[in-house]
Amino acid sequence: MSTQTTAGRKAPGTAAGQPSQTMKKAGAWARRAPLLPALVFVIVMTQLPFAATIVISFMNWNAYYPDDIGFTGFDNFVRVFTDTNTREAVVATVILTVSIVLLSLVLGLAIALLLDRKFLGRGIVRTMMITPFLVVPIAAALLWKHALYNPEYGLLNGLLTLVLGADAPQPDWISTYPLPSIIVSLVWQWTPFMMLILLAGLQSRPLDVIEAARLDGANNWQIFTHMTLPHLRRYLELSTLLGAIYIVQAFDHVFTITQGGLGTANLPYFIYQTFYVGQDYGRASAAGVVTVLGTIIIGILALRTVFSMFKEES
Amino acid sequence: MSTTNEDVGPTPPGERTEARAPRRRSETDRNRSRGRRSNAGLGVLAWAVGLLFVAPVLWMVLTSLHAETDAATNPPSFFAPLSLEGYRSFFGADPWPPLLNSLTASVVSTILVIVLALPAAYALSIRPVKRWTDVMFFFLSTKFLPLVAGLLPIYLFAVQVGLLDTVWLLILLYTTMNLPIAIWMLQSFLSEVPVEMLEAAQIDGAGLLRTLREVIAPVVMPGIAAAALICFIFSWNELLLARVLTGTVAGTAPVFLTSFVTSQGLFLAQVCAASFVVSLPVLAAGFAAQDKLVQGLSMGAVK
Repeated sequence: MSTQTTAGRKAPGTAAGQPSQTMKKAGAWARRAPLLPALVFVIVMTQLPFAATIVISFMNWNAYYPDDIGFTGFDNFVRVFTDTNTREAVVATVILTVSIVLLSLVLGLAIALLLDRKFLGRGIVRTMMITPFLVVPIAAALLWKHALYNPEYGLLNGLLTLVLGADAPQPDWISTYPLPSIIVSLVWQWTPFMMLILLAGLQSRPLDVIEAARLDGANNWQIFTHMTLPHLRRYLELSTLLGAIYIVQAFDHVFTITQGGLGTANLPYFIYQTFYVGQDYGRASAAGVVTVLGTIIIGILALRTVFSMFKEES
Repeated sequence: MSTTNEDVGPTPPGERTEARAPRRRSETDRNRSRGRRSNAGLGVLAWAVGLLFVAPVLWMVLTSLHAETDAATNPPSFFAPLSLEGYRSFFGADPWPPLLNSLTASVVSTILVIVLALPAAYALSIRPVKRWTDVMFFFLSTKFLPLVAGLLPIYLFAVQVGLLDTVWLLILLYTTMNLPIAIWMLQSFLSEVPVEMLEAAQIDGAGLLRTLREVIAPVVMPGIAAAALICFIFSWNELLLARVLTGTVAGTAPVFLTSFVTSQGLFLAQVCAASFVVSLPVLAAGFAAQDKLVQGLSMGAVK
């Protein structure tokens, strides 16, 4: 099955245009049967709630005003697009996602290259490297906020005092650098994830080809750009895709470190707040719909045009 | 191995040319691993980076083992006497119900995910259904759907049917959350089963069950372990859904962590002890199954 066929819209019924339909159909259903439980489960659990969210997004529905519920057309969407808070949330989401994905990808690649070499204690270093990924996100966020960033007794300022003496600068990291504070903590948590995928990619390189290139006089840089990077392409795409999916939805760090203040409220936090604190169901739903459409459009573009993952599978 | 590295190490500028020297030609299989090209400098750098990344966690553990008065100091008191005060107050706050809720939700949803994902992945890899890439894409696209976007209807539905603040609701949602990724992982593992082996089994007259047991299971067992580990980690870690959809009864460990801080004020040793205990199951599982984790995460890209 090539991408040419997948590029069209989904239409399960029209797929079988070939002869001997009834026989083939019976076989096709036998093949589909194992797929159905998962497919039905996912559709019921994701598409139905989302459809309901779309309906609610056209309603004026704030739980604090139970007598004032009804349809209002596009009001919520107009408010979503004109409200500065929402726009700030979109901007924060883009900044956070792009910078965290890129930074952890580049760092992850560099560290994977380091760990791909043999050295004393490589296994221990790999174990140390994956530890941040295994710390529960909310625990990691608490750790960064209270044990590291805290201006009075956090480790960062403590080390500054230790190195520079009693009159060392004691910046209030979170209020001075709100976005970078969140970015650093999330890059710390996600770099190991990127590193693991890329390390698996590096270790699946065909070494004999690289040896041959080396014998032909290729230097390390040439081997890296002409052989390693092309081989890693799928792994880079996969880690970008998975990382982006999870980092777009990052909630725990924003929730803990800044409580969404100082321009750090990303869309998940914004929707959470509109829904959970503001009880404005209509507006929260509209923001949710916009977020989903945005991510799906970007996701489809990335998957169908830029990424090679779907193109070569057959 | 390490001694040769260190021999080469002290002269980094010359190392590159040396690596291409004729000496290399006579090397055998064992040296196909890129060991010899490395040098001590890069090994030290790797250690430094590894230590830098693990340092916050070490600091968390060390702080958790200090008395409150020694935990929050500037400059940091690295060598203060150890104390279990933080752990005592954490366990004094009765963390068992939330820990048990987390365990139930994570384990049961992980089992459900595997039960649903395995047949689906089979249908998508071995003799795949038509338009299987479309189906795969559909599954993945549900991950683009931020959890919060479906949260309100789920909340309202849960209130209606009385599932609010129950572990069952979390189990259903965590299954939904992890199923697409598990299908992706298992699909890539299953598509590594050689078609020739399946055909051979068929010619030998092996039934579906025997084929599953003897041909497919050995290939896919590591994949199941990897997928299960990933699902367990993501379920155990989840905060947003649990925070909105549970209360006093079904609250999970991450929710407990958030309430812990606000209700007790800030006791750093206590917070660190709590964070460490809650992270411990994932840390243990992750360390024990590192290789599975690597295999699982590189799914799909591996051919």
